[in-house]
Amino acid sequence: MSSTMAILPATWDMYDLVQSFLRTPTYHLVVEVCLVLLIIKLIFSKSYKPEKMVLSEKEKEELIAEWTPEPLVPDIPEDHPVIQLMEKNIVTGPPGKYINIRQKSCINMATMNFLGMVANKTIEDEAVRCIKKYGVGSCGPRGFYGTMDVHLDLESKLATFMDCEEAIIYSYGFATISSAIPAYSKRGDVIFCDEGVSFAIQKGLVASRSEIQFFKHNDMEDLERLLQEQAVKDKKNPKKAKVTRRFIVVEGLYLNYGDICPLPKIVELKWKYKVRIFLEESFSFGVLGEAGKGVTEYFGIEVDQIDLITASLENAISSIGGFCVGKKYVIDHQRLSGLGYCFSASQPPLLAAAAAQALMLMQEDPGMMIKLRENCLKLHEGLTSINGIKVVGLPHSPVKHLRLVEPSDDRDLDNQTLQLVADRAIENKVACTVARYLEKEEKFLPPPSIRIAVNCQLESTELDTVISVLAKSFNEVFAL
Amino acid sequence: MATVKALKTVEIMSGNNHNLQEGKNGVKPDGNGRVNGRNGSSSYKSKKNWKDNFYESFEETPLLTAILTVMCYGILVLVGHIREYLRFYSIEQNKGHTEPKIEGFVPLFQSWESFYTRNVYRRIRDCWNRPVASSAGAYIDVVECKSDDHNWSLELTEKKYHVMNFGSYNYLGFSETTGPCADSAEQCVRETSLSVTNSRQELGYTTVHQELDRKVAKFLGVEDAITFPMGFATNSMNMPCLVGKGCLLLSDELNHASLVLGSRLTGSTIRVFKHNNMADLEKKLKAALLEGRPRNHRPWKKILIVVEGVYSMEGSIVRLPEILLLKKKYKAYVYLDEAHSIGALGPHGRGVTDYFGIDPKEVDIMMGTFTKSFGAAGGYLAGSKALIRHFRLHSHSSVYSAAVPPPIAKQVISVIDIISGIDGTKKGIERINQLAWNTQYMRRRLQEMGFIVYGNKDSPVVPFIVFYPTKLASISRKALERGLGVVVVGFPATPVIEGRVRLCMSAAHTKEMLDKTLDILNQLGDELNLKYSRKTPPDFKEDDSLLNKEVRH
Repeated sequence: MSSTMAILPATWDMYDLVQSFLRTPTYHLVVEVCLVLLIIKLIFSKSYKPEKMVLSEKEKEELIAEWTPEPLVPDIPEDHPVIQLMEKNIVTGPPGKYINIRQKSCINMATMNFLGMVANKTIEDEAVRCIKKYGVGSCGPRGFYGTMDVHLDLESKLATFMDCEEAIIYSYGFATISSAIPAYSKRGDVIFCDEGVSFAIQKGLVASRSEIQFFKHNDMEDLERLLQEQAVKDKKNPKKAKVTRRFIVVEGLYLNYGDICPLPKIVELKWKYKVRIFLEESFSFGVLGEAGKGVTEYFGIEVDQIDLITASLENAISSIGGFCVGKKYVIDHQRLSGLGYCFSASQPPLLAAAAAQALMLMQEDPGMMIKLRENCLKLHEGLTSINGIKVVGLPHSPVKHLRLVEPSDDRDLDNQTLQLVADRAIENKVACTVARYLEKEEKFLPPPSIRIAVNCQLESTELDTVISVLAKSFNEVFAL
Repeated sequence: MATVKALKTVEIMSGNNHNLQEGKNGVKPDGNGRVNGRNGSSSYKSKKNWKDNFYESFEETPLLTAILTVMCYGILVLVGHIREYLRFYSIEQNKGHTEPKIEGFVPLFQSWESFYTRNVYRRIRDCWNRPVASSAGAYIDVVECKSDDHNWSLELTEKKYHVMNFGSYNYLGFSETTGPCADSAEQCVRETSLSVTNSRQELGYTTVHQELDRKVAKFLGVEDAITFPMGFATNSMNMPCLVGKGCLLLSDELNHASLVLGSRLTGSTIRVFKHNNMADLEKKLKAALLEGRPRNHRPWKKILIVVEGVYSMEGSIVRLPEILLLKKKYKAYVYLDEAHSIGALGPHGRGVTDYFGIDPKEVDIMMGTFTKSFGAAGGYLAGSKALIRHFRLHSHSSVYSAAVPPPIAKQVISVIDIISGIDGTKKGIERINQLAWNTQYMRRRLQEMGFIVYGNKDSPVVPFIVFYPTKLASISRKALERGLGVVVVGFPATPVIEGRVRLCMSAAHTKEMLDKTLDILNQLGDELNLKYSRKTPPDFKEDDSLLNKEVRH
């Protein structure tokens, strides 16, 4: 009985099927038969295959033999002017207030030694003490016995100085910001960046693989326009907006322009459009503000408002390395995700100790910053009186660019003209340099200029010499 | 199956200008994807072939151990999830520095991004970032870190462990606080300056740099060299000068993060080949030439093979002779990163080319760092005059950032003088020999004890596998207590199941130190059950002639 029960439904189905088949209209049957035929045709027809390129062994060998790669590097003549110039301007001795080039002791207007920390005796003593305790190198990354107590000391001093919860140090200035940006901003995130940012930031942006929106240099309206556009986009796609992090990347004091970012406005936009701010202070740290804390102090803005502040230790501090400061939860993330932090040997202890010492000197004597400002103002005034050039940069900025008022269309020609000026200045014992750029790789190439860096140790008479020598050199070159 | 694979490899190798006989003791892919070298058979002792002396092994993970290790991680993750849940509902107190919620802002971190850090890494994070209060010499003073809250916060104590240092990359023992190198660095601080903060093209090129560049080029046996203040940046800032869009980069899968970042910044197509697997590399080279670029099938502009000399996590040595054969056959360029091999390999300490007896001019771009063997910091690029001219003009570092700090350059210069015997002593060669002997002795003894030791018998990086993350932590802590500082590495720096302990050999280690270390490791190996190897110990033995009697012994 049970076996019949098992068969019955199947039989029943069959019966149903036959019944319904008989009941269907003819046109339906015709259509279905056509369909079945089509399927059969498709099954048995030859499927379309593009003719497969099968290369014989001989052809393969020929292909391999035929291929000639481009040369590894372009052919550069041995007497390329820049290389010749490097060899000609080779420096002997310390690049302090005075620098020795071409057997001449020149006033140094090229080194970013704003606070005169190069060749400072107490810093040198500290460095020597460190060599005697730690040797020269640290022989390991921070994770693997490369963390010396001097590193921790420098980190805590920097954090206290900047009134932040935590600091992290890198062993190279360039690697600091270019590792910090990709640690936070990933594919799919959006970065709003000033067009005038320096090359290290540009590399960080590329490494982050985020979407980059450039706004015109220091143009807050342009930034706001971009932010509004983003807000519209976000409204259209709220699901995506929920996971898209947004950052503004600006410099405190722009190396390429010598001007300061309008931070109060940027902070206002931050809260209005919910964007985080990364602030690069390589040239404003130790320069702006009464204590030298940078652009936040200059504008009287709380550091808490800025999500991440980075700076290199290679300018005002005159060591080698860089640091980031911010909230603990922000900074700690870099200890596992900052590529240049995790995978690089730590900063040589002597350089960390020297940086800590320089920081202390800075704190002990805020007069340095005042003197620096005075020098900047004086120099600026003197330089603006030179005919045929314009001084780009704020009067109190220690970085100034001297650009031609009437540049030609040929960038190389302008560079050559400026180089002539620099050469003459060196002959007259004032060392300055034409600002160098990788012209093909810069996102927004600044116009050619002579870049002047001001040192707080320069005396009034020395500044007068600098101004008169530069004026003379420009006049001579323009008269050619 | 394995035999079929091996046969295939032999075929490919023989197509590659090798005769079949050489293929026999050549590559044999192991279960874990890596290539084993000759495994201790002594039947190919003709002096001509480099493979006769190329012993490299990667013993397969026992299946049971693999399963248990994955389970171990599984439990950690499970417990982690439960506790995240408890913390989310404030049942458990949250002790970490978590991100505050700011109205309207997209969180800076996704919660899963830091899950592993909070729940797995945090528990054992005292094994890394240990602060050191001395030079990274043969012994180091490690400052004790204490935690009352299961490593959420670490406090430094006054206590210091004076331990044998098997963690720092101090291969030739030049991390010294006294002696000619430290003296010359000190003198340089006094006479020149601590740092030159200008770029080379903007009055930052000093006579010290000129001297350093020339010394490095001469030491390596190439035409010219250029130096940089950070090893990591040497790769990441300079690779973009070499290749760009329309070029192909063939990169070893275990290349260092700096090479990976540098490769990405170039904008070229990147293809990864299996670690040290020449058959795979050749397959990819061939395919690249035959198929051209993706989509438009145009031929590639350049092909650059990027390899390291000694791989810092595996302890393997690059199969350079074969790479150079492939380079010639397929007209590719070779970028060789000698971060761990310069100074540490070869009879004259000149890296892998010296080790294999190859003319360094055959390698297109030689890169290396001063952080390791030289006890300094920074890196170099070396090669033909034209190549270095290009870097002088177009390297990001030459234009935009500081040159090498003079005292550090001086340290490197005096180390080079010692290694190459310019100082008139034999101290350099003694150090090189001591390191070579130490390496082989350590590797042999560890394998005899039954540890699974990875890598080449001559590689001063000696990793042995302990698998479990829990064992990583306990061996690291116990070793420290017993006077031994080692580096442990786990996921994500290694594959999940291959957590390992890494010993970095140094010429500063004496035989007594090695014996003491081996004793400690032997004890720990028994206590923690780490002796997983099921292979017969190798037949190589350290070359005692390396240690002449005058050397510290």
